[in-house]
This record gives sequence, C-alpha cells and structure tokens, in this order.
Amino acid sequence: MKRRINQLLQAVMFVTLISITTFSCKPKIKDTDIEAKIHANAALSNLTASVKDGVVTLSGEVKDDAEKSTVETAVKGIEGVKQVVNNCTVAPPPPPPAPPVIAADDPLTKGITDALKDFPKVKATAAEGVITVTGETTKAEWKKIKMALDALHPKKVIANELKIK
Amino acid sequence: MALQDKYKELTDAATAAGVGNLQVREQDGVLYIDGEAPSGSVKDNLWNIYDKIDPNFLSGDLVMNINVSTAVPGAKVKVVTEKSNLNIRKGPGTDQPIVGKAAHNEIITLVSKSSDQWWLVRTNDGEEGYSYAQYLAPVE
Repeated sequence: MKRRINQLLQAVMFVTLISITTFSCKPKIKDTDIEAKIHANAALSNLTASVKDGVVTLSGEVKDDAEKSTVETAVKGIEGVKQVVNNCTVAPPPPPPAPPVIAADDPLTKGITDALKDFPKVKATAAEGVITVTGETTKAEWKKIKMALDALHPKKVIANELKIK
Repeated sequence: MALQDKYKELTDAATAAGVGNLQVREQDGVLYIDGEAPSGSVKDNLWNIYDKIDPNFLSGDLVMNINVSTAVPGAKVKVVTEKSNLNIRKGPGTDQPIVGKAAHNEIITLVSKSSDQWWLVRTNDGEEGYSYAQYLAPVE
C-alpha cells in the first residue's frame, strides 16, 4: 500500500515537473522586443507606442479610420502582443480649397489694356468677370495673351470669336 | 469633377513637377489652376499640356495662373521681348510715362513686385521703374 502511494506521488510529481517545464518556462517575449518590432515598422513610425506586459497602447494621429485599424492589425500581428489599446486619433479632414477670387471689371479692364498693348488687332472686354476676346492673331501671340489674361483672375476667358491664323 | 478629369494630365504634371501652392478648384463650369512653378520651363510645359488637351485654349473652361517661383526680389531677370526694347515706366500701367528702356535679351534686376503684372526693375545703368512682367523671365 505504502509503495503504491509512493508510486502515485512520484507520478504526480513527474506530471507536475513536466507541466512546469513545458508551460511555465515557455520563453516569455519581452516588452522591449515588442517595442523594437514596433519601431522597426515604417507604417507605425509616426505613432507612439508603450508596451507593458504584452499590452500595447498606441497613440498619435492617423489620417483616417482605415489607417487606424490597419496599424492596430499590424501591432496585433507582432509576436507576444496580447492586447492593443488603440488611442490613435483621426486627423480632421483638410479644409476645402478657398474658392477662386474673381477680379472686378475695373482692374480687369485696366489689365486687358496693359496685356493687349502690343497686340493691336486683338480686342477684349470684361463684363462681370468674363473676358471676351475678339479680333485676329497668331497662335504664338494668342498663347501669350491667354497667359496674361488668365493671370488677371477673370471668371473665364471666351475667345470663340477670335480668329487664329 | 468632369473638368478635373479633363485636365487631369495637367494637374498630375503640375504635382509631379513640384508646383508649389497648387490649387485646383472647379466652379460654375470653369476650372481654376493656380500655383508656383519651380522654373520657367515647368510653366511652359504646363501650358503645352493645356494646349494639347484644349487646342488653342478655346473651350473657356480653364483659367490657369502659374507663376515662376524663382522670380523673387533681387533675382536677375532677362528681357524676353520678341525683339524690341522693353519699356520701363514711372508706375505700374501702360498709361504711365516711359522713364527708360531695357534692351532685348538684357539681364536686369527684379527689385520688387507691384503685382503679378508689373514688376519694379533696375537696369545695370541704375534706371529704375516698372515693366510688364510677361516680358521678364528669371535667369535659370
């Protein structure tokens, strides 16, 4: 009987020993290793990450929700990461571009006079920001004229009556 | 958005060439492109692409205002008239009296910009006054 108890004890101890060596002594991934892997990932370079006991806390600004989940997935994929606390904030969308500034007719008219001084066969008028060009010119001259007129900030430049030789 | 598609090659080229402060806006059937080209040749190239997409610029659906960013006060600029001398005027406008001339192809100094159209310049003889900016190109 006593021998059987001894045998049983030995068996129990053996199993305990095996389980200790197999499970408890599994090599633990250090937080610093996780941090190093995060730093090595270029996609995460703009973010701040702190690691404690395998829990990664991410903060910083991402451009949209898609990027927010992409970075989270990337971190979750790192060996040893148990959990990701994603505190990243999504950057506000850029403001819409300012509407074009259309010049008033008086400065447009003065600008037209200056621009057409060397092109006597070309006429142009400004009305409510729209410059209408008439007359005749060459292609090379018209390009210079159009460049000059566009720089005056017109609403548009209409030239379908212009003859280009 | 249709116009942005029509002129996509142009705006893509502007972005690729490093045009600064590039603004592309569409309003009431007209596309407005503004920006500062890093050189005169980039500006020329953009106008060539414009001409290719809209031959002779006749559609009236694009207003393109591209300046050359190297044209800054103190820069040397070349007189790029067809062949004549360039008038230097007392003030910014063709109604202003002519106070001097700069020769065709002469290189003079840009003192300041009164507007996109009129620049205050100084010749090598020390004559100072306003000239029409289109006839002045930054020396590259």
